[in-house]
Amino acid sequence: MKRNLPLFFAFFCGILVIVSEFIPHRPFSMMIQTLQDWFMIISGFAILLGQISLFQSNLAKIQQRESGWMYYLAGLISFIIMLLVGIFWGTQETGGLFGHGANIQAAMGSKPFDYLFDYAYQPLSATMFSLLAFFIASAAYRAFIIRSFESNLLMITAIIVILGRTSLGGMLTSWLPESLKFWHLPNLSDFIMEYPNSAAQRAIMISAALGIIGSSLRIILGIERSYLGSDK
Amino acid sequence: MSNFMSIFGLWLSVFFTFSIFSFLYKDNPFYKLAEQIFVGLSAAYWLVYLFYSIMLPNLFTKLVHDFRGNIILLIPAALGIMMLLRIFPKTQWVSRFPIAIMIGTSAGINMVRYTKSDLLSQISATMINPFASSSPSIVMGNILLIIGTICGVYYFYFSKKQEGISAVPSKLGIWFLMISFGASFGYTVMARISLLIGRLEFLLKDWLHIIN
Repeated sequence: MKRNLPLFFAFFCGILVIVSEFIPHRPFSMMIQTLQDWFMIISGFAILLGQISLFQSNLAKIQQRESGWMYYLAGLISFIIMLLVGIFWGTQETGGLFGHGANIQAAMGSKPFDYLFDYAYQPLSATMFSLLAFFIASAAYRAFIIRSFESNLLMITAIIVILGRTSLGGMLTSWLPESLKFWHLPNLSDFIMEYPNSAAQRAIMISAALGIIGSSLRIILGIERSYLGSDK
Repeated sequence: MSNFMSIFGLWLSVFFTFSIFSFLYKDNPFYKLAEQIFVGLSAAYWLVYLFYSIMLPNLFTKLVHDFRGNIILLIPAALGIMMLLRIFPKTQWVSRFPIAIMIGTSAGINMVRYTKSDLLSQISATMINPFASSSPSIVMGNILLIIGTICGVYYFYFSKKQEGISAVPSKLGIWFLMISFGASFGYTVMARISLLIGRLEFLLKDWLHIIN
């Protein structure tokens, strides 16, 4: 029961979705809508499970005084503060347990949740991702020194696309005559994006779709059952 | 008070910005602190967002306002609670049921969706007459599009060893893929640089008022 019943559920739900695609009438259309609503609610609980797991793992590190436990404590405190202000006074659109908190909103200039988002989460997120600009530059350097034909192709395309999308690129090749306008960097960049890039993206999409169809079939038919975990 | 909070928030943003940038020198306590705070805030932000945008309108509000009419929603609620039982080692197996329903449903949805949107539509979009246009660049582009798609798909065919003449289209496929990765790389660099410019603008404009 512990293994076979979940396998049957996976088979039944998968087949139901596929059948409803071919018979888009009641009761299948209604059943598929219900199943999709349920899917969303269960996904919500799954995300909650992930957050609980993160909380537990941080708490365990703090209790065991692992190296750098103070940082995990700071993470846990920031998690609790953001969660509480969200629950108490809600977000920009929705009110929380204590309503919209007009007084606190007047004192802070915005809701506490939005205040934390604007002044802590947003700068942290933007700076964290902007750090990648430096690491991408170092990765580009390493890709350059490989000196294979394929790596050169990658870097030349990247340079054309970057220059073609900036005013510098347009300025560099603006002197080209009308007969050579194809080689004008913005035009060349557009051509690369529209044709060779689209061709490769299509190849990836078609191949990935074939892979997904295959693995979905394996799951529905119960051949792939690793998501059930061990027999314990 | 509101003005004080705005200035305090600005300095908080500056502190976090410099703490993250300090990693460019080397890993240090300021970066570690900012990193963990980011993880905590990020997790809580998504949890609150999930509660107000998914759980509240789709489950709790419906059950509170019309319990009898939405009694069927107790089934996904029960399945959700079964999912949470994964936390306890003894009841971990109970979470297999909601996981199986989610996996089965998403397998069915993905199979249909990818067959329609990615497989069939992309194949039909590639089946074009390359010589339909009078512009030489478009004709050349269409030929490249067809050859690139076929060679790219051929590269992903791993059931037979690609050697000799059969390796040629595979090699061409790699070249097309490299061009595509180069284009993606270029876009990623531009996106990250624009984020960096945004942070520098924040420091020089909003904080130091050096630029207008």
